[in-house]
Amino acid sequence: MSTTKKFMYVNRKAPYGTIYAWEALEVVLIGAAFEQDVTLAFVDDGIYQLIGGQDTSGLEMKNFSPTYSALGDYDVKKIYVEKESLEERGLSIDDLQHLTWEDEDEDYAEKDSIQVVTRAEMADLFADSDVMFNF
Amino acid sequence: MKFTIQVNEGPYQHQASDSAYQFTKSALEKGHEIFRVFFYHDGVNNGTRLTTPPQDDRNVVRRWSELGEQYKLDLVICVAAAQRRGIVDDGEAKRNGKDATNIAPGFRISGLGQLVEGAIQAERLVVFGD
Amino acid sequence: MSMLHLVNKSPYERNSLDTCVGYVKAGDTLLLIEDGVYAAMSGSKAAAKLSGLDVAVLGPDLAARGIGEDRLIDGVTVVDYAGFVDLATDKDKVQSWL
Repeated sequence: MSTTKKFMYVNRKAPYGTIYAWEALEVVLIGAAFEQDVTLAFVDDGIYQLIGGQDTSGLEMKNFSPTYSALGDYDVKKIYVEKESLEERGLSIDDLQHLTWEDEDEDYAEKDSIQVVTRAEMADLFADSDVMFNF
Repeated sequence: MKFTIQVNEGPYQHQASDSAYQFTKSALEKGHEIFRVFFYHDGVNNGTRLTTPPQDDRNVVRRWSELGEQYKLDLVICVAAAQRRGIVDDGEAKRNGKDATNIAPGFRISGLGQLVEGAIQAERLVVFGD
Repeated sequence: MSMLHLVNKSPYERNSLDTCVGYVKAGDTLLLIEDGVYAAMSGSKAAAKLSGLDVAVLGPDLAARGIGEDRLIDGVTVVDYAGFVDLATDKDKVQSWL
């Protein structure tokens, strides 16, 4: 594939209540093989996908939250969380999973994947993207 | 211009499939190319030939099949989403030991990579959902 | 790069319009489709959110819901599906606020 596009995956749905979050994550994992420039955005209820300590054992549903921590291995390094969405929900970054990726250019130093950005900064990221994925 | 269309909801429950169909039809009539229509989430239910809507209503599934035939559209149903929801073609029936198929004419079942490829190859991705 | 924003839900049911308007930039267009069209009715609580934006409304969705174009706020453009396609080609990308 000759062209590289800037993919923006926009996640605005909470997990478990509907399947959108999980099936969106499946697209991200499959899409990683296409070696595009991938960014994930978590806005509105999408934030809830990243909350740590999810335990679905009482639901007989698959807990897919550990999969987010594998994103670094799929070369998904840019995960942006909208500050306003966090604050509206009484959350801080400490409530979210700690996601990292290994920088092979720096002796596999572990780096944070998640960055909290304002809505205005997120809008700039959207504007800079080539393709928006919506679920 | 080249479009890929993504349909996230099934027929009748949500308007998403209707909107996607009308958009796709208009784009084709204006001379644009539809690289692919990708059915995801409950959108895979657009691809079962076993629906029987009332006579005085639109037939959402048949309408996709007919548009597909007229314009040689690539109507792709996501395999992972289809397996969860019971949309089955011959290959899937064989692979998973199912006793029937229900895929509608003109549709095919394939992987999520088809959506990603569609987003790369087309100049616009337009998503219809809930 | 310019963006076409699609909002398909009533502003009284979902927050998609609220979030969307925080993301609209100069040169973008907001197209209201399906139940999203209710936001463009004059005298409505939601209409104020659209001020200053380039707003289009999908005509067939208006008509289906019994809303005449005379009931819309000033300055919105009513388009048909062909106009929807034109907007999608004129802008560099499309964001559906599902």
